[in-house]
Amino acid sequence: MEDIFVFAVQTLDATLRVSTPLILAAMAGLFSERSGIIDISLEGKMLAAAFASAATAAVTGSPWLALAAAMITSLFLALLHGFACITHRGNHVVSGVAINILVSGLTIVLGIAWFAQGGQTPLLKADARFRPIEWPGAQAMEGVPFLGPLYEELISGHNILVYVALLVVPLTWWVVYRSRFGLRLRAVGENPLAVDTAGISVAFLRYRAVAICGLLCGIAGTYIAIAQNAGFIREMTAGQGYIALAAMIFGKWRPLPALGACLMFGLLDAISIRLQGVSIAGIGEVPVQLIQALPYIMTVVLLAGFIGKAVAPKAIGVPFVKER
Amino acid sequence: MPAEQSTTTGNPAGGAIPPPPAIRLKHISKSFGAVRANRDVSLEVAKGSIHGIVGENGAGKSTLMSILYGFYEADSGEIEIAGRPARIRNSQEAIGLGIGMVHQHFMLVDTFTVLENVILGAESGALLAPSKDQAARELARLENEYNLYVAPEALVGDLLVGERQRVEILKALYRGAEILILDEPTGVLTPQETDQLFRILRALRDQGVTVILITHKLREIMDVTDAVSVMRGGQMVAHRKTADTDKEELAELMVGRKVRLELDKEPASPGPTRLLAENVTVTDADGVPRLDNVSLTVHAGEIVGIAGVSGNGQSELLEVLSGIAKPSQGRLVLSGREVTAQAPVHPDEARKLGIAHVPEDRHRLGLVTSFSARESAILGYQGAARFNRGPILDGTAITQNCSSLMEQFDVRPPDPWLRSGGFSGGNQQKLILAREMSPHPEVLLVGQPTRGVDIGAIEFIHRQLVARRDAGCAVLLVSVELDEILALSDRILVMFEGRIVGELTGAEADERRIGLMMANAMDSSEHATAGSTMTEQAP
Amino acid sequence: MSAARAPLPRWVDIVLIPIINIAMALFVSGLIILAIGENPIEAVGIMLQGAVGYDGGIGYTLYYTTNFIFTGLAVALAFHAGLFNIGGEGQAYIGGLGVGLFLLAFDSVLPFVFLLPLTILACAAFGGAWAFIPAYLQAYRGSHIVITTIMFNFIASALMVYLMVNILIEPGSMSPESRDFMESAHLPFVHDVLGGLGISMVATPLNLSVIWAAICCVLVWIYVWHTRWGYELRTVGQSEKAAVYAGVNPSRVVVVTMCLSGALAGFVGLNEIMGVHHRLLLNFTAGYGFTGIAVALMGRNHPVGVILASLLFGILYQGGAELAFEIPRMTREIVVTIQGLVILFSGALAYMARPWLERLFAMLHRSGSPAMERA
Repeated sequence: MEDIFVFAVQTLDATLRVSTPLILAAMAGLFSERSGIIDISLEGKMLAAAFASAATAAVTGSPWLALAAAMITSLFLALLHGFACITHRGNHVVSGVAINILVSGLTIVLGIAWFAQGGQTPLLKADARFRPIEWPGAQAMEGVPFLGPLYEELISGHNILVYVALLVVPLTWWVVYRSRFGLRLRAVGENPLAVDTAGISVAFLRYRAVAICGLLCGIAGTYIAIAQNAGFIREMTAGQGYIALAAMIFGKWRPLPALGACLMFGLLDAISIRLQGVSIAGIGEVPVQLIQALPYIMTVVLLAGFIGKAVAPKAIGVPFVKER
Repeated sequence: MPAEQSTTTGNPAGGAIPPPPAIRLKHISKSFGAVRANRDVSLEVAKGSIHGIVGENGAGKSTLMSILYGFYEADSGEIEIAGRPARIRNSQEAIGLGIGMVHQHFMLVDTFTVLENVILGAESGALLAPSKDQAARELARLENEYNLYVAPEALVGDLLVGERQRVEILKALYRGAEILILDEPTGVLTPQETDQLFRILRALRDQGVTVILITHKLREIMDVTDAVSVMRGGQMVAHRKTADTDKEELAELMVGRKVRLELDKEPASPGPTRLLAENVTVTDADGVPRLDNVSLTVHAGEIVGIAGVSGNGQSELLEVLSGIAKPSQGRLVLSGREVTAQAPVHPDEARKLGIAHVPEDRHRLGLVTSFSARESAILGYQGAARFNRGPILDGTAITQNCSSLMEQFDVRPPDPWLRSGGFSGGNQQKLILAREMSPHPEVLLVGQPTRGVDIGAIEFIHRQLVARRDAGCAVLLVSVELDEILALSDRILVMFEGRIVGELTGAEADERRIGLMMANAMDSSEHATAGSTMTEQAP
Repeated sequence: MSAARAPLPRWVDIVLIPIINIAMALFVSGLIILAIGENPIEAVGIMLQGAVGYDGGIGYTLYYTTNFIFTGLAVALAFHAGLFNIGGEGQAYIGGLGVGLFLLAFDSVLPFVFLLPLTILACAAFGGAWAFIPAYLQAYRGSHIVITTIMFNFIASALMVYLMVNILIEPGSMSPESRDFMESAHLPFVHDVLGGLGISMVATPLNLSVIWAAICCVLVWIYVWHTRWGYELRTVGQSEKAAVYAGVNPSRVVVVTMCLSGALAGFVGLNEIMGVHHRLLLNFTAGYGFTGIAVALMGRNHPVGVILASLLFGILYQGGAELAFEIPRMTREIVVTIQGLVILFSGALAYMARPWLERLFAMLHRSGSPAMERA
């Protein structure tokens, strides 16, 4: 009994760890897509941010400077995406693909030129990373049954970015549903003409949305490179940007359901690692690859309207043309 | 320029110094490319009045109002609001000047509540809650004052059309509008909703709000306005006090008295029935009937004209006859083939049955603007044996086909390789007509054949249609141009709100009679009587 | 629209703007090379020398070009129907799976003359099938093809890992690879063919699938511009309403086009599995599917353009490898960077230069020919 409980707590703890970048990126995507800008470049922005943070941390030794560098890098890419999609009415998907590919090449090119370690950044020392924060009394709670492991493993002992991610969700909810900016954001993704006739600049509103998206992706990339890991490895985001995109769609472009989808996908990931080679009674060995592909399969099934209906913001991907 | 360019602007009677008009537009002009949407338009609207602007579709009414609301900037001309010169560069400036607009297509967010729609862009601060409280109080006040109620927490997407319109009005009033522009507000309303709207407008006027009502429906002008201005072809052609005019005069002004197109044509000698519709109804995605229980026949060797203000079901009629839409109810017989909701006809099959279709929307349906002329000249016939050699399109045959069509119909420049979009409207239309007429169809469906076409081409197109009739083709002609209907048709059906409301023979029809029917100037009971007597008179 | 603009001559749209866009992409690439402290001119020299300076380089360049033609054609064909097939990577992967499964089953049974056409069919069927599902879901269930094809890339990848690790792996092997095909099932290398003709060439991965790539270009050109199906495909891409008017069923066109597009992308598997590796293995697509997007955008979705763009990317890929060898501080991923910039400038920012050119031409127009104004 105790074993199963500990196993569950450890799995949930791992879930939280792998979900953190997904949550941040999903909220990032939510801001962008709610404003009507399709963003498949979450992946690229995260990867660029991961590289920027690892490189900065390696050079300066400061995780905070690393975070700032990552957010600025990601913000720049987000504004580039905005420049293409908003100002020049380019195809959102093409722009996103361009950014993903550009970053995937550039991080390695710069990594090799600067650090000459085959595209990796130097392994970071502990104080150049975001370290787990131990909550008061975690040690003391150790002996307490149930509550002890729960407190020590699950609640305490994460780095600050994990808590930031968990705070970003209610904050996103609040901004989207309770603020003037959120009202306009939701409106511009549904009917930009309504926003325009109400005397609000569609372009400025959308630029702000993609900027927020960029900043959040910056945090997500930082987490991957200098909190979850101790440096940059080529292609280290490994499709998490797309999983976050899938989670956001799965959450039907709403913050709390998107959080749920992130945690679910994170749980699948955590389980798939633990289930490797384990045979389950009655089913046999579940292929790890199947569990890893589940987020994508589930999203396809959802989009096809077989489980509920995911309705995207109505004006998404449509360039807003103002005739003069 | 028409001789009637009006001079009735301003205050004719002397007396006390009048207050400045709420709106004064002076010599406004606006072009979109080659299209001159507004030409030297002047207008004055008295404060606290309901002012109608009437004209056919495309007369320039909406453009004028969009200029007033800052959507477009005029190429030239001046605007004064309450006696002060104003420059309106965007909607925000218009709102700042106290102008509110209810657009023909509502500018609402369907996924928002009424309250959220009302405060969008007029929030009191960065937080929504106080804005919502304030708006809720204000809406309650407006409800008391004008009897304008919509449930504040309802989702706009769930509202009826009339209710959505009230949300638009509330939006404008919430922003402090003293001038309210309504663009074709009744097009989507039921008669009951229309009456309710007019009650609201009168209440607004009595509180000092200036209302501009854009419409093409004369009954509404007579019902609710204090003054009326008539637009035609981008120009302002007359201003009247509503009390001093009547429907007949307005109908004439609206339709205009262009030079009657003379056309030598023999009387028709109708043959067997080629096309038959019985109680055909077409409903749209929202379940609204766009075509309502329509029955008609077209015989070989006659031209049947469908007259009516556009948007009254003519497009749907053409679509259902050509197989693009399927009938929701009723049956069609196309060249012997029975068509029902259960057994719809595919456009390809319709073509094989000898039904040719010159669509109303030349640019989106009739041709593909990015294709070369030779490619557009086989649109719909791409599978025909004469253009295919096995699996390969016969390039030589396609080019020759285009060259010969261009020669027969005098398309200029006669270059098959030119991009379709590069031809003038008239030449595009001639190319489409040529394409549709060349297989010698049994039935020819023609929508707006001369819209945006120059005079020379109009004559040519008309002669071709009559020639086709004389060769035994059954022609169904849809046009908003009365002259065209009168010049070409052997029989005339008048459509209104998806129904056929009258039938006349070509001989007995004249502009006045049709104009009145078109504008629905007669009330519905008169319609019924007039319609039936006229049908009886028809041979 | 603004009065200061004039309609642009056709050659500006077809020739000048694409060249400006590529020039901007290459210019920014040069800046990046400068930024890491190397000389862009020197880099270009090394790349050209490595890619076309000797027969081995040319062989490698054309081998890469073959893959890019397949994926470029796949993206271009879908574009003509107004579809964005971003799933070339997954379709190529599954196309390769089709090749592998077919050859593993029949390489000892059938002679080469039967094997080759049937392998091509199997390859097309697998690649096409992988595109069919997203296409069907878009046409009949309303889900967005971009998102679904992205998801299908990942699903394909997971599927391949599962199959290679658990089922298709050669017994006793450590790495997830199948057994080698029989010699008779290899698509001949070009250096072998030339050697047979008495022309000596260094051994390179270039094989006869390059000829199939050329044939596909011709077939696509015929299909799109010289058959009624291509006509209908382009009509759907331009205006769905016009297509319905012309008696075309847009949903059917979407499905058929995507299947053909998937088949084209699948032929990467023919080149890689039957032509080069001669066994089924992981990750042989190496991002070629995504390069196809750049190739199609750059080649303006025309087979001739696709060939030219594929050659350019072939040169970049092969030259990039040489570059990494010559200058240790450089890596072949510079090519991926350039690819991203090409997609950015030729795709997302394709019309950035347009307003400037419109103004420029309006100015030339006014000062050059006042007579035109009166006409």
